[in-house]
Amino acid sequence: MSEDIKEKRFLTVFKRPSSTEGIWSWITTVDHKKIGIMYGYAAFFFLLLGGLEALILRIQLAKPDNDFLSAAEYNAMFTMHGTTMVFLVIMPLSAAFFNYLLPLQIGARDVAFPRLNALSYWLWIFGGLFLYSTFIFGSAGAPQGGYLAEEIGWLGNAPNGGWFGYQPNASFKYSPGTAMDYWALGLQILGVSSLVSAFNFITTILNMRAKGMRLMRMPVFTWMTFAVAFLLAFSLPIIAIALFFVTFDRQFGTTFFLTEGGGDPVLWQHLFWLFGHPEVYILILPAFGIVSEILPTFSKKPLFGYAAIVFAGFGIAFIGFGVWAHHMFASAISPVAQAGFGLSTMVIAVPTGVKIFNWLGTIWGGKLNLKTPMLFALGFIAMFVIGGLSGVTHSIVPADTQQTDTYYIVAHFHYVLFGGAMFGIFAGLYYWFPKVWGKMYNEKLGQLHFWLMMIGFNLTFGPMHWLGLKGQIRRTWVYAEETNLGFWNMVVTIGVFVIAVSIIIFMINWIYSKRKGPEAPMDPWDARTIEWTIPSPTPVWNFSTPPEIENLDDFWHRKYDEDEEGRPVRKDMANQLLIDLESDGLNPKEHIELPNPSYFPFILASGLPFLGYAIIYRSLALAGLGLLLLLIGGFGWALEPIEEEEIGDVEDG
Amino acid sequence: MKNYFRSTKRLKLILFLVFFTACIENAPLDSLSPEGPYARTIDDLFWLTFWIAVAIFVLVQTVLLVAVVLFRDKPGKPEPKQIHGNVKLELLWTVIPILILASIAVPTVRAIFDLAKEPADAMKVEVIGHQWWFEFKYPDYGITTANILVIPEDTPIRLEMWSNDVMHNFWVPKLNGKRYLVPGQLTYLNLYADNAGEYWAQCGEYCGLSHSKMRARVISLNNGDFNDWVKNEQKDALRPNEGTLAAEGEQVYLNSGCTQCHIVNGVWDVQGDRIAPNLSHVASRHVLGGASFKNNPEDLSKWLANPAEIKPGTFMPNLELTEDEIVALIEYLGTLK
Repeated sequence: MSEDIKEKRFLTVFKRPSSTEGIWSWITTVDHKKIGIMYGYAAFFFLLLGGLEALILRIQLAKPDNDFLSAAEYNAMFTMHGTTMVFLVIMPLSAAFFNYLLPLQIGARDVAFPRLNALSYWLWIFGGLFLYSTFIFGSAGAPQGGYLAEEIGWLGNAPNGGWFGYQPNASFKYSPGTAMDYWALGLQILGVSSLVSAFNFITTILNMRAKGMRLMRMPVFTWMTFAVAFLLAFSLPIIAIALFFVTFDRQFGTTFFLTEGGGDPVLWQHLFWLFGHPEVYILILPAFGIVSEILPTFSKKPLFGYAAIVFAGFGIAFIGFGVWAHHMFASAISPVAQAGFGLSTMVIAVPTGVKIFNWLGTIWGGKLNLKTPMLFALGFIAMFVIGGLSGVTHSIVPADTQQTDTYYIVAHFHYVLFGGAMFGIFAGLYYWFPKVWGKMYNEKLGQLHFWLMMIGFNLTFGPMHWLGLKGQIRRTWVYAEETNLGFWNMVVTIGVFVIAVSIIIFMINWIYSKRKGPEAPMDPWDARTIEWTIPSPTPVWNFSTPPEIENLDDFWHRKYDEDEEGRPVRKDMANQLLIDLESDGLNPKEHIELPNPSYFPFILASGLPFLGYAIIYRSLALAGLGLLLLLIGGFGWALEPIEEEEIGDVEDG
Repeated sequence: MKNYFRSTKRLKLILFLVFFTACIENAPLDSLSPEGPYARTIDDLFWLTFWIAVAIFVLVQTVLLVAVVLFRDKPGKPEPKQIHGNVKLELLWTVIPILILASIAVPTVRAIFDLAKEPADAMKVEVIGHQWWFEFKYPDYGITTANILVIPEDTPIRLEMWSNDVMHNFWVPKLNGKRYLVPGQLTYLNLYADNAGEYWAQCGEYCGLSHSKMRARVISLNNGDFNDWVKNEQKDALRPNEGTLAAEGEQVYLNSGCTQCHIVNGVWDVQGDRIAPNLSHVASRHVLGGASFKNNPEDLSKWLANPAEIKPGTFMPNLELTEDEIVALIEYLGTLK
C-alpha cells in the first residue's frame, strides 16, 4: 500500500465496505451488474403497483356511473398510475438494461463513474419511496371553498393532478393538501437520478469502449442508450426548472403559472411537454435498441441497414424536441404554430418508418427462430406500428382536436409504451436471462406469457381507440349510461385481467427458472455481440482480458465465415473458440482491479427525501438532517480511500 | 406448435373483425357523426388519414406474417444470405412515406386555417368555464344562462371563451373539435349546426374532482323557436302567486343563502356576476349541475339535500334544508320557466 493511500485513510471515519454477500453488499455495491439487477427488481415491484392501480381504475370504469371509487380516489389512482409507469417502471427498467449491458456491449469493466452509478440508483429508489410515502403522510382535498360529501381515505391522499400536473389545477388553491407537493418534489429527485446517469452513460460510451470498438461498430442497443442519455441530459433540466416553479408557487406564493399574479398556466404546458415529448422517446428508444439486437440474432442475419437504424434513432431523438406542442393543439396556439407542429410531427414518422421497414428487412429472408424473445420482438413491431400510425393521425391537427384528451389517445400511447416499450423490455428480459442468471427460462411458459399478453393487451387497448372516437374522455371518473360506452368498457376491463394473468405467468417462470432452470451455456442464441463472449452468469470482472474488436457484430464474425453466395459458414474452430472463451473468462490470468464498494452514494441519496419533507412541512430539523446526510455523503465520498480489491490473484498467492 | 400458432392467428383475425365491425350505436359524444360543416371537415380529414393508415397497417402486418410463415426455421433449411442493407430499398421507404405525408399535409394545413377563421356574420356567445359547469352569455341579447347553449340552426356561431378558475375545454364532438378555456386568456371556437337538434358537450381537459361531470348540451333551434327562446330569456323571472307552495319556495330561496351565489333576475337585484348559474329560467333547462343530472324533482331533491354527494368538490354547500323546504324550493324552481 502506498504512502498517500495510508495518509488518506486517516481522513475517513469509515473503512471501505467489504461485504460481497448479504444486504450490505447490495447497498454498497458499485458493480454495474448488481445495480442493473436492483433497478430491474425494484422497477418490477413498481410495475406491480402501477398495474394494481390500473386494475382498480378499470374496475371503476367497467360499467357506467360506477361507485367503486370516489372521485378523489379515482383521480389519485390515475395520477399515480401514470407517474409510476413512466418514472418508476419504464425508465428504470430501461436503466436496468443500460446498467447491466452497456459495459458488456462495449467491452468495459464498469461504467465510467461507478459510485455515481450507485448514486443514480439510490436517488431513484429514494425518489420513488418519497413519492409513494404520500399514501401514508400525504393529504388531498377539494379546491379551496369546495365541499366533499365524505372524507378522503388513504387511497385518495395521493397526488391527484395527473402525471402532467396541469396548472392551475395543480396549484395550491385548486389542489390543496400536500399530495401534489409529494409529486413535484418526488419527480425532482427522480430527475436528478436520471440526469446523473445520463452523464455517466455518455462518458462511458465515449471513453470506455474496448480497443477497436469504433462508434460505428457499437451494438444498436448501445447506440440507443447513447441517444437516450442525450435526450435525458437536454430534457430533464427543463422539467427540473418547471417543477421548482411549481413547488415555489405552491409553497412560497410565487405565481409563475398563476394568472392572478401575472403568470401563465399555458407556459407550464409548454415546459412540461418540451420535456414530456423527448421523454416519450426516452421510454421507447431503449426498446428499439433491444429489438434491434434480438431480430438479427434470431433471424441469423445482420441488421438490415445498421447505419440507417442508428441515424434514424438519432433523427427521432432530435426531431423529438420540436414536436411538443402537438400535445396542446386544443390550446390557443396560432394556426401557424399548429401547422408547424403538425408538420414536424408528421416528419418524425419518417425515421420511425425507416426503422420499422429495416426491421422487416432484417427478418425477411432469414431463418427465424421463434423463441420467446423473438416472439416479443415481432409482437413489438406489430403493436408499435399501430401506435405509430395512430400517432400520425394526431399530426392531422383538426382531427387531433377531436381526439385529444379522449381514450383514443390513451389507446395510442399504450400501443407505443406497452405494445412498444414493454414488449421490447420483455423481449430483452428473456433474451438476456441466461446471461444474467446462468440459467435458461422455461420456453413453454415464456410463449404462454407472450400469447396471453398479446391477447390481453389488444383486448384492453384495442377497443379504447373506438371508445375515444365515440366520445369517452380521459381521466373520467364516471361516464353516463346514455353515452352507450358501457359494453366496450367492460371488454377493456376483462382485458386488463388477462394481462394480469400473463404477468403472473411471467413471474412464475422467472422465479422457477432462476432457481431450477437448466444451466445456460455461454452463447445460447448463437448471438452476435460481445456480451455473449463471457461466461454465464457474467463474472464479477466482466471480461477477464480486455476484448479487441475488429467488426460490427464482432462475436458473429469470430464464429462464422461467409461463402461465395453470402451464406454463413461456421468456422471449424468456432466450438473450440467458445470453450476457450469460457475457460478464459472464468480464470483471469492477471490482477483485475474493480471499483471499490462504497457507503456514500446511499448516504448522499438518503438526504434528498428529508429535504423534500423539510420543504413540505417547513421543518428546519428535517432540512438539517437532510443537509447533514448530503454533507456526510459528499465529504465521505470525496475523502474515501482507494482500496484495491484484487480478484484472480490466485497464482500469486 | 404449428397448430397453436395458426389458431392464434385465426383468433387475432376474429378479434380484428370484431373491433372494426362492432360499432357503438347512438353515442351522443360521437366524434364520427358530424352534424355541421366544421365537424365534417375534421371527419373527412380523419377518414382520409384513417384509410391510409389502414393500408400501411395491412402492408406491415402482412409482410410480418408472411415473413414469419415463409422464413421460420425448419429442419434442413439453409443458412440465410447475409444481407447488410440495400440503399435503394431504404431510400424507397424513406421517400414514399414523405410523399404520403405530404399528400396529407396539404389538406391538413388548409383545414387548420379554415377552421380558425372567424366566420362572417357569426352570432357571438361567451363561454365561461367554472368548476364544474359551463356558463353561456349572449352579449347581443343580454342573456346569461348555464349548462345548455341554445343556438339557431344553420347559423355560424363564434364562441369567445375563458375560464373563471382552472383550465377547462369545451367540446361538442358533433359540431367541432375541442378548445381550451384558460384563465386570463381568450380563446375562440366556431360552431355550426346544420339542423335543429340536441348535441352533447363535455369538458375535455382534466379540471379537478368532478371533471367527468362537467358536461353541457348544445340545442340548436329553428329561427322562430330561437327567437321565442331569446324573448323568454330576456324577461325577468316569473313571481309565484302568494300563498302557493312556490311562494314558500321563493322564501326558502331568499332566506337560506341561495342568493349568495345565484341570481334570479327581478327577484333579488344585484349588479355583476355571481359564481353560480343564473336561475331566472332554470325550469326551461332539462339538465342541471353541469348537465350531470336531469331536472326532475327526484334528482333535484338529491342535489339540494347534499350537492357534494353528486358532484364531489362542488362549491355549492349543503344548506341543511329540511325536506319541506326542499319540496317548496323545487316547486318554486319549477315555475322559473
